[in-house]
Amino acid sequence: METIERKIDRSQMKVSDEVAIDIRGMNKWFGSFHVLRDIDLTVHRGERIVIAGPSGSGKSTLIRCINRLEEHQSGHISVDGVELTSDIKNIDKVRSDVGMVFQHFNLFPHLTVLENCTLAPIWVRKVPKKQAEATAMRFLEKVKIPEQALKYPGQLSGGQQQRVAIARSLCMQPKIMLFDEPTSALDPEMIKEVLDTMIQLAEEGMTMICVTHEMGFAQAVANRVIFMDQGQIVEQNSPREFFNNPRSERTKLFLSQILGH
Amino acid sequence: MSDTHAQTVSFVRDTMLPAATPPVREAGAIKWLRENLFSGPVNTILTLLGFAIVWFLIATFWDWFAHSVWNAGSLAECRQIIAATWGESARGACWAVIRDRWNQYVFGFYPMDLYWRPTMTFGLLMVALAPVLFSASRTIRRTVLAITAVLTLWAMVVLGAPAGWLAFAAAVLIGGFLISERHVLWLLPFSIVYPLLGVWFLWGGSLWGPIFVLVGPLLGWIAWTLVSRIAPMLGVVAAILVTVLFWLLYAGDAAADAERLLSLSIQTVRSDRFGGFLLSVTIGVAGIALSLPLGIILALARQSDMFLVKTLSVIFIEFIRGVPLITLLFVASLLLNYFLPPGTSFDIILRVIIMVTIFAAAYMAEVIRGGLAALPKGQYEAADALGLDYWKAQRLIILPQALKISIPGIVSTFIGMFKDTTLVTFVGLYDPLKSMSDAVRASTDWKGIYWEPYIFVGAIFFLICFGMSRYSMYLERRLQRDHR
Repeated sequence: METIERKIDRSQMKVSDEVAIDIRGMNKWFGSFHVLRDIDLTVHRGERIVIAGPSGSGKSTLIRCINRLEEHQSGHISVDGVELTSDIKNIDKVRSDVGMVFQHFNLFPHLTVLENCTLAPIWVRKVPKKQAEATAMRFLEKVKIPEQALKYPGQLSGGQQQRVAIARSLCMQPKIMLFDEPTSALDPEMIKEVLDTMIQLAEEGMTMICVTHEMGFAQAVANRVIFMDQGQIVEQNSPREFFNNPRSERTKLFLSQILGH
Repeated sequence: MSDTHAQTVSFVRDTMLPAATPPVREAGAIKWLRENLFSGPVNTILTLLGFAIVWFLIATFWDWFAHSVWNAGSLAECRQIIAATWGESARGACWAVIRDRWNQYVFGFYPMDLYWRPTMTFGLLMVALAPVLFSASRTIRRTVLAITAVLTLWAMVVLGAPAGWLAFAAAVLIGGFLISERHVLWLLPFSIVYPLLGVWFLWGGSLWGPIFVLVGPLLGWIAWTLVSRIAPMLGVVAAILVTVLFWLLYAGDAAADAERLLSLSIQTVRSDRFGGFLLSVTIGVAGIALSLPLGIILALARQSDMFLVKTLSVIFIEFIRGVPLITLLFVASLLLNYFLPPGTSFDIILRVIIMVTIFAAAYMAEVIRGGLAALPKGQYEAADALGLDYWKAQRLIILPQALKISIPGIVSTFIGMFKDTTLVTFVGLYDPLKSMSDAVRASTDWKGIYWEPYIFVGAIFFLICFGMSRYSMYLERRLQRDHR
């Protein structure tokens, strides 16, 4: 297992009683394929949740349901008390409050890094351009690439692009961040810089749900690890218990396979 | 692997190598020739064959070009000059016909004392296009606008434009130039009113007509803001309905009434006086300007989740693409009158523009759909995830990229459409290629001249189309966003 060497500052990491995301009896099908089965999950403000599991287990689909990039067919999802239905206004509200980072970055290649970061604040939040740019520069500094602000995404390395993607989400001042395998498309050397940024976010108390295979990150930062298989939540526990004392056979098999070498 | 061998395999580099320049091999023309023209037996044979064909073409046509006559009043005179200069059996090109009928080729049968009006319209077109086409490069914009201003004003003086209009044109051209130096996007309002001004300059009549045409969408916009508060889709329908109803029922009367109160008229020129390149360019520019937005709307409609919208757009696109343009032009010239309320006379050029536009838009829609399909799904998802609504996502994220990908196809469609404007000859309009050349040959002076008019018209079409093609390549380079 890759270990996170840096010392984590836990002073700001507080889990409150306030519910950020509430999922009750949620089901989803792709055609006739039952991809998510009876999901119940409550996320409190300030929680850092890592979702692990084999590919095809529905982890990505689950977090994509939270900002309705995927539509669920039964059950309830509410984010910050807003119930996700087909009401466009609710969806846009939730989306602007929930940041998402994708495996393939999905930066807008025709816009500069700065424009990528200011676009949504200007057009969705109606922030004046000057102010949006100041905010964007602040977040670009935070992810340590302010000097790339005027370049286009195509000119950056994968790790830099992913950090821009994180900054772009942060510019909307989200209350919740979703990470969909943010390091899976990166070279080993670049994974660290992205993980460092994510750790930094966690230290500031951001509510995060990360689908990732970085078990070192899970162990260091997460307060809860969720293991999924065949569209259902098989096990959830604190990282210490999850890694040292897995209870289900499926989890044991999974852990032995990914931590085997 | 033995131990001794392992010793030779083991290796540690202590110094990293600096990057070196490539070896200087033989360079220059000889190398290029050998690599590109004579690299092997097959290539050598093809090269020689190619040279032979080029030589044959030059040998055949050289004399004809070399014996060109530029000054003559008739074909007979041309032949006389050629015979006198290069001998009885010599053949030669008689470009004098172009010189003699230049005005006819350019303006058709437009009243001669009003030639300055199309000239001014064309000059102002460049000012209107500046913020759209030449927004990025100050040098190009400066060059285009300066040349346009000088040429237009010079031509207007030569063509005897009245002093007032000369002053107006000078004000717009020079003012446009100065404004574009400050901030080119400030010219956009002019670009928006230009189509109506252009129509007024070309066809004349009362300025109130175009003004009340403009009032239609304005009322539509008011209807949209009022109704869309209740239901957004209904708002769009209401806007279109209000606009069209106003145009059909009130615009004409209102313009006539306003004209009686305050006359803003210039001499009317009927559509059948249009011809030559004036006609082609009018239809071409209008078709290009209208077919792109219509094509975008059709492409988006075809990708829509709404069943009815999608089906209608598919039917429209497939029907229009499945029918020859000439059929549509005949519909425009013959059938359309049956469907319109009796008494309404719908201008023939306007009808042709509508048909050419929807024809090009159907192709455009498919080209743009290709661009939309080429975008990774992640772009849509990222836009959604940031909370952008459908129209903002389309306008800011999807279309800029999809249109950029589609530039070659879009410009191909433009070029095809511009060349298709010559087909208006079949509905009795005087296109430069067929009708105008026939008209030129109809006179006894130029009876029997074929090659020269066709070559001339072809060359002008080539210049314009080649220009569009080069512009599209420039645009692609300018919008290139990676590997810089």
